[in-house]
Amino acid sequence: MKKYQSWGRYPKINSDKQDIYHVYPDSFSFPEQNNDTAETPSFLAYAQGRSYGDVCLNEDGILLDTQHLDHFIQYDKEKGILRCEAGVTFENILQLIIPHNWFLPVTPGTKYISVGGAVANDIHGKNHHKAGTFGRYILKFELLRSNGERLICSPTENTELFNATIGGLGLTGLINWVEFSLKKIPGSKIEQETLRFNNLKEFYTLSDESDKDWEYTVAWIDCLATGDELGRGLFIRGNHCESNKKHKFKTSKLSVPFDAPGFLLNKVTVNAFNNLYFKKPIKQYSKVDYDPFFYPLDSIANWNRLYGKRGFMQYQCVIPTEHRETAMIEMLSIITASGQASFLSVLKEFGNIQSPGLLSFPRPGITLALDFPNRGQKTLELLDQLDVITLKYDGSVYPAKDARMSPASFAQYYPRWKEFEKYIDPHFSSNFRRRVNPE
Amino acid sequence: MSNILVLGATSAIAKHTMRLFAADEHSLYLVARNESKLSSMKQDMLVRGATDVHYETLDLADSKQHEDLINRATKTMGSIDTVLIAYGTLADQSKSEESYENTFKELQINCLSVISLLTILANQMEQQGSGSIAVISSPSGDRGRQSNYIYGTAKGALTIFLQGLRNRLAKSKVHVLTIKPGFVDTPMTKDFKKGFLWANPKVISKGIYNAIKKKREVIYLPFFWRYIMMIIKFIPEKIFKYLSL
Repeated sequence: MKKYQSWGRYPKINSDKQDIYHVYPDSFSFPEQNNDTAETPSFLAYAQGRSYGDVCLNEDGILLDTQHLDHFIQYDKEKGILRCEAGVTFENILQLIIPHNWFLPVTPGTKYISVGGAVANDIHGKNHHKAGTFGRYILKFELLRSNGERLICSPTENTELFNATIGGLGLTGLINWVEFSLKKIPGSKIEQETLRFNNLKEFYTLSDESDKDWEYTVAWIDCLATGDELGRGLFIRGNHCESNKKHKFKTSKLSVPFDAPGFLLNKVTVNAFNNLYFKKPIKQYSKVDYDPFFYPLDSIANWNRLYGKRGFMQYQCVIPTEHRETAMIEMLSIITASGQASFLSVLKEFGNIQSPGLLSFPRPGITLALDFPNRGQKTLELLDQLDVITLKYDGSVYPAKDARMSPASFAQYYPRWKEFEKYIDPHFSSNFRRRVNPE
Repeated sequence: MSNILVLGATSAIAKHTMRLFAADEHSLYLVARNESKLSSMKQDMLVRGATDVHYETLDLADSKQHEDLINRATKTMGSIDTVLIAYGTLADQSKSEESYENTFKELQINCLSVISLLTILANQMEQQGSGSIAVISSPSGDRGRQSNYIYGTAKGALTIFLQGLRNRLAKSKVHVLTIKPGFVDTPMTKDFKKGFLWANPKVISKGIYNAIKKKREVIYLPFFWRYIMMIIKFIPEKIFKYLSL
């Protein structure tokens, strides 16, 4: 049975209180609605369930399952333009376009996301400093509103809804299909360099000098290192390059078959992992397939089960460049002091390329992504402390990974919410929306 | 490149199987009841590499239409090299028990109408001296069980028919494939509680695609159903009649 939950498996929701409708191409219509919004259950699209918190959940409402919206519609191999239904995944797209030397203009760390989800969360990736967010490559999409209207939105048509829907967390209606431009690549391989850095300062130097010549940059950090080694880690940078062989698509073989016991990822094991990972022998230069470069975790199906039944919480914030040094030191110190360990901590410098999205998350500065096994109150308190720092330095937190930020924090992170609100479909809502913006 | 006729084209299994064939640049003729699903499937197949895609809407349970349908498909594509028959309903066992009319309807859709199509197609391919006939039957046809023996009767009869057809057409070099998928998570089975034996239609499709290309005879999908059914068939009737499987 398909489980309608988010990737972090927190918050837990009562699935009996969440109805499911399946959406089919062109034949879907919303059920009769009562004009009194309070009496009609709300809608929300659900595809792959890869957002971490509660932006993809709608307790007491109806989820519109888009798994059958999985058709390609048009593909211009010469110009690199693809139109497909919203439920098509990045994996499906890569299988289609890689043989013709096209690539996704922007991709996150998993290929198991839907195109609709990529729009709704205005996703970003390791090339943010060069390319900005996915929203920048959208040429048009069709939006189905609950009153039955089908609207084509583009930078020139229904422009305001276009901008609101990009990063609009699925609240502006159901995205039926999306047309976007692809990126030309010389081949399916990536030339990659991995460099060790011993502290945050070294990271900034590496990051700043890599920005110009490297399309993709990201760093893994050991969030338990302290003192002089605070923020040590591995810096990974890559560029597309040619491949002399035809790319072979493989399906992942490994899978986590059941929930790991909750204590598996504790401070000792995470510390040991981080230590080993930092000290592992690295090949400074290598040529790898695009798949392990972009999607290392995709090779283990259901990796979220490693965090046990209670799930885990992500925290991804961005801090403006001028405060990066102090803010990162404060954050990492709080985490080490808390005794809670983030298994995978990622650091990356965003660029200053603006997205059309009203509620888009990325902005110039440094972004830190963390994941903590859910230890209840303790974890929530730690994340609240991190929020204090993010707020202090005028940063922001990524809704796609959030399950707990307060309405007050949200209001400060997303000052354009008021402007956004008027584009929300009156019959659409989500757990996230009700949490950060209670009526 | 060859010409493929797909009957029940919008079923999840047929759709995913055709996605694999489309990438090999075949010409397709799709038949199903729902026009809008067919039209989005057509676009999808063209994007994935199919050279040519035609479709028509038809209720395949009506055997009077079959001859014309096959003539149209043959004329449009030039010939039919492969046919995949993938339509069917999951018979409502208790309704069928209540009346013969309901039983007849189930047998008509899941067995007799398929035999009608196969009669025409088999003669055409026999004359042609080539071709592939792939039909979705079911492990339910391997042994009658109280929970779904009407569906089982239809599929069992179909399996025997295909066996005979294979024997008859072997000398004309026409390949006949009997496909027996186990539990598949598709719209047809959306009301079932799914356990670990359930497979994704994409996995089943890959199996069908390979079996057609390798000209296999009878396949269970996923493979382990062959062994499950072996055990089920092995239980003596004396005991079996008391079991609720």
